[in-house]
Amino acid sequence: MRTIRSAIVLALVAALLVVQARAAEPVKIGFITSLSGPAGIIGKHMKDSVELALDHLGRKVGGLDTEIIYGDDQRKPDVGKQLADEMLKKHRVNFVSGVIWSNVMLAVAPTVTGAGTIMVGTNAGPHELAGKMCHELYFTTSWQNDQTPEAMGKYMQDQGLTDVYAMAPNYAAGKDMISGFKRYFKGKVVAEVYTKLGQQDYQAEITQLRAANPKVVFVFYPGDMGIQFLKQYAQAGLREQIPLYSVYTVDEISIPAVGDAALGNLETRYWSPDLKNEANARYVGDFKKKFGYTPTFYGAQSYDGIMLIDSAVRAVKGDLSNKKGMVAAMRKADFKSTRGRFTYNHNHHPIQNFYLLRSVKGAGGEIEMQIQKTVFENHKDAYHQDCPMKW
Amino acid sequence: MTGLLVVEQMLNGLQLGVMLFLVAAGLTLVFGIMNLVNLAHGSLYMIGAYFGVAFLAWTGSFAASVALALLATLVVGMLVEVIAVRTLYERDHLDQVLATFGLILFFNELVAIVWGRAALFASVPPALGGFVELLPGLRYPVYRAVIILVGLAVALLLYVVVSRTRIGMLIRAGASNRTMVAALGVNVRLLYTVVFGFGAALAGLGGLMAGPIYTVQPGMGEELLIEVLVVIVIGGIGSIRGALVGAVVVGMVDTLGRAFLKPMLATVVSPTAADSAGPALASMLIYVFMAAVLYFRPQGLFPAVRSR
Repeated sequence: MRTIRSAIVLALVAALLVVQARAAEPVKIGFITSLSGPAGIIGKHMKDSVELALDHLGRKVGGLDTEIIYGDDQRKPDVGKQLADEMLKKHRVNFVSGVIWSNVMLAVAPTVTGAGTIMVGTNAGPHELAGKMCHELYFTTSWQNDQTPEAMGKYMQDQGLTDVYAMAPNYAAGKDMISGFKRYFKGKVVAEVYTKLGQQDYQAEITQLRAANPKVVFVFYPGDMGIQFLKQYAQAGLREQIPLYSVYTVDEISIPAVGDAALGNLETRYWSPDLKNEANARYVGDFKKKFGYTPTFYGAQSYDGIMLIDSAVRAVKGDLSNKKGMVAAMRKADFKSTRGRFTYNHNHHPIQNFYLLRSVKGAGGEIEMQIQKTVFENHKDAYHQDCPMKW
Repeated sequence: MTGLLVVEQMLNGLQLGVMLFLVAAGLTLVFGIMNLVNLAHGSLYMIGAYFGVAFLAWTGSFAASVALALLATLVVGMLVEVIAVRTLYERDHLDQVLATFGLILFFNELVAIVWGRAALFASVPPALGGFVELLPGLRYPVYRAVIILVGLAVALLLYVVVSRTRIGMLIRAGASNRTMVAALGVNVRLLYTVVFGFGAALAGLGGLMAGPIYTVQPGMGEELLIEVLVVIVIGGIGSIRGALVGAVVVGMVDTLGRAFLKPMLATVVSPTAADSAGPALASMLIYVFMAAVLYFRPQGLFPAVRSR
C-alpha cells in the first residue's frame, strides 16, 4: 500500500514538473553590448530600446514569456566571446543580439552561429560578415559598415569637393568606413590617419592635420571618441577654417556633450528621429516619454532587433526548435521597422535608404539632427556578391 | 615638415605629460609611502572632473569651481582612505588590487547614478579660450598652455614641499622606515590620510583640467590609469622625480610617435606597409619603451630609496 501511494505521488510530481517545464519554457535572448566604461552610454541607449520594445510587445516576444540576459563586453573582443559562450552554454539562449563594435562582432558572431544559434546584430557591420563569412543564422538590423560612409562619399563627390583628410579609429570598422568612403568619393584623399580605439586626446593628430592644410576633413569617431574629437577640433579653431564631414560622430549621444561644436555639421545615416513613419513616431515618442532623452540609431536598431526576433518566433508559432522556419521568416523582414519598410539582401543585410542629415537648432533651442535629403535609395552593400548564400 | 611643427608636437607631448604627471604623482606617493597599489586613483581623477563641472554650474565662476572641486576631491580622498583603504595596508598586493578594483566599479556606478551615464557638457572657460602666439607662426591654444604651466608649477611645488618642509620630511621618513617614525611619536595614521587626500586632490586637479578637452563621463579614469601605471613603472615606483620624468617622456614618446612614426616608416619601408604598421606601432610605442626601460633598469629611471 505504502509503495503504491508513494509511486502515485512520485508520478504526480514528475507529471507536474513536466507540465511546468513546458508551460514555463520562455524565449531567452542574450543581448551583448558595452555597459561600462566610456562606451557605456551607447549600451544604455541600446538596453533602454530593448526594454521599450519589450514594453510594446507586452513583455512577450513572439507571445512567449521572455527572458533577456544582458552582457557587458567592455569593448573587448575576448570578453564578448566569453559572454557569448556563457549565454549559449549556461543560459541556453535561443538568440544572441546586440554588439556595438565590429572587432567584438567578428569574435561573437562565429561563436554563436557555430553553435547553431541565431545571431541578430544590432550595430556592427564588418564587411567579412556581409561577404565571405556570411551565415544562414546571422542577421543584422543595422547596416554594413561601408554603406553609411559610401553615402557621405557620394554626397561629397557630388559637391565637387577634393583634398580630403580622412581619420578613423584603428580597428575593423575604421578601415571599413574609409574604404566605403573612397568607393564613392573619387577626389583626392590627402591622408588617411588611423588612431587608437578609445583614444582621448587628438591634439597630435590635429596639429598634423593643420600642417597638411586639407580643404575638407572626413572622420568616423563613434561615441566617446566623437565627443573628444569634435571638442578638440573646435578648440583648435579649425571649425571655421576646414569643413568637417562625418559619419557616426555627430549624433544624439555627442550633441548634448559638445553643444555648439557640432552645430551645422553634416552626417549620413539610414535613420533619424525625425524620419516619418508610424513605427518610428511610436518608438521615438514613447522612448522620450519613458526615458526622458532622445534616442539614437543605436537604439532604433536594437528596438528593430527585438521586433525582428518577435516576427520570427510568431511565424513558427513559438516552436523555438524550428530554426529553418525562423530564418525563413526573418528573411521577409516582416515587422514594423523604425526605418520604414525594408528588405533583406541574400546576405541577410538590409537593402535600405540613406539620408543626409544636418544638426540644427530645433524649436526648443536644442540641437537636433534633421533629414535634408535622400542620398541612396534601396542601397545594397558592396560585399554581397562575395556571399555564397542563396535563397 | 618644418621645425615649427616639431616644436608644436613637443608642446603637445609636454601637455599630455604634465596631465599624466598630476595623476602619477599621487599614485606613486601612495605606492612609495604606504606600499599600496591603488587602482582606484583614476576614479579620483574622474571625481575631480565631475566636481569641476558640478561646481561650475553651481557657482558660475571657473576659479571658484576649481577651488571647490580641489577641496571636495581632497575630502573624498581622505574619506576613501579612512573607510576603505586603511584596512588594506597590511594586506598583500593582490588583495589591494582586488579591493581598489572594486572601488573603481563603485565610483563608476556612483557617478552614473548621480550624474547619469551620458557625458556631461564641459567647455573651456571663455577667459582661457583662443590662442597665444608663442613663436612667429606657432599659435597654441591658451587652455593647453595653461595646463602645461599649472602642471610644471605643481611639480615645482611638490619638490619644495617634499624636500624642504617638515611634512615633506615626515613623508620621506615614513617612506623609508615607518616603524621608526611611529616610534618617534609621529601620528603615522594621520600622515597617511593626509598624503592620500593630497594625492587625490592632485588627481582631481588633473581631472578638472581635463574636463573641458576630454569627455566627462563614467569610466574616464581607466584609459588614463593604464598610461599612468606605465609612467610610474618607467619613472621608478615611489619617486616624484621619476613620475615627472616618466610622465614627460611617456607624453613625448606617445605624441611624437603618433605624429611622426608613420612618415618616418614610409621612408624605410613601402608607404602601404607604413600605413598599416604605423598606427599599430605608434599605439604600442610607450609599452615597448617601458619594456626597454625594465630590461636595462628594472627599478625604473629614478628609484626611490627605501629600506624595509
